[in-house]
Amino acid sequence: MRIAVLSGKGGTGKTLVAVNLACVADYAQYIDCDAEEPNGHLFFKPQNTEEKIINRLIPVIDETKCDLCRKCVDFCRFNALALIGNKIKVFDKICHSCGGCKIVCPQNAITEKEKRIGKVISGTSENVRVETGIMEVGESSAVPVISALLADKIDVETVIIDCPPGSACSVMESIKDADYCVLVAEPTLFGVHNLNMVYELVKAFKKPHGVILNKCVEGIDIAENYCKEKQLKVISRIKFDKELGKLNSDGEIVSRVNAGYKAMFADTLKSIKEEVSHETASDS
Amino acid sequence: MKIAIPVDSNNENTDVCVSFGRAPYFLIHDTESKKNVFILNEAANAQGGAGIKAAQTVADSKAEVLLTPRCGENAAEVINTANIKVYKSEKGAAKSNIEAFEKGKLSELKEIQPGMHGNNAG
Repeated sequence: MRIAVLSGKGGTGKTLVAVNLACVADYAQYIDCDAEEPNGHLFFKPQNTEEKIINRLIPVIDETKCDLCRKCVDFCRFNALALIGNKIKVFDKICHSCGGCKIVCPQNAITEKEKRIGKVISGTSENVRVETGIMEVGESSAVPVISALLADKIDVETVIIDCPPGSACSVMESIKDADYCVLVAEPTLFGVHNLNMVYELVKAFKKPHGVILNKCVEGIDIAENYCKEKQLKVISRIKFDKELGKLNSDGEIVSRVNAGYKAMFADTLKSIKEEVSHETASDS
Repeated sequence: MKIAIPVDSNNENTDVCVSFGRAPYFLIHDTESKKNVFILNEAANAQGGAGIKAAQTVADSKAEVLLTPRCGENAAEVINTANIKVYKSEKGAAKSNIEAFEKGKLSELKEIQPGMHGNNAG
């Protein structure tokens, strides 16, 4: 079962939820797709780490074969190629590695070279296999790193996908194969705005979903009311708690050091799994 | 000599557009014949790489000079490779910028903006 954890902005508690859900499973794979600034590993401190380089393909023009017909330039919808003077110029950072220019070239003047765009670090932390995606400095899109991260599927019952913040392409890539999406939000007006963004996204992707409200305080019901209005299931409410904040900022995994939180996250994971099996049953 | 300017609309009294890559039109002014031609900027609604495509359009127009308020790094790379000189335009009408350029009153554009690189598009 693949559970993606998303939020409309950073700092809502995505990693807190994702890390702890992984910890309370019997055995889990935790995948940190926030490749711009992955931080799950700071909590897990994985052991026996291995590193895998991720490359993508960038076109290379053979000037001896190119007759400047500019079919590649016109084809590229991302405008990664330009014809200037008597040369085709390739903009590596703009290229989305679709390979289309190579296909449309009538002179077979285009080959591809590998460009390093990031890496995946894998390791273990007790009952969790930790996979971390890290983008190369200067790269503009996390999508190819995420796609490589998620392609490497291992046979475990619980997979927790820690998504990048927001609702852009990198998040879409992260939730593509998810069975369930957990939307983490703060109970404030700003929190609701961001929750709405990810809610619209998972709706568009037709993903079963539920909400976890974090930093809840008595008397602030804006997000709660929003969930009622949209008929969103609130799977769990995490109270605003200084002790939790302290443990978290010390890099501790709360469900590993605090029995109360361990029970709470175990309940949450159980509820999610019930939701998924319910969804699967109603699908068939 | 031809001068290219990103403009807001395709009429003689148009203002210079605040954006280069996303300008709706380019005005190509011929300093000898004094004729103006407007080219639709197909990059205005591009998903990404608008600066590159816009610069390609300017290069294809055979302009030797570009008057623009700003220019991104990718566009600048195309423009420089095409040996087009870039001058910083002033706010207001394209017409008055052409006059200012011809009187030598515009200075070369030095500051190049770092690209968005799809950060907005995701």
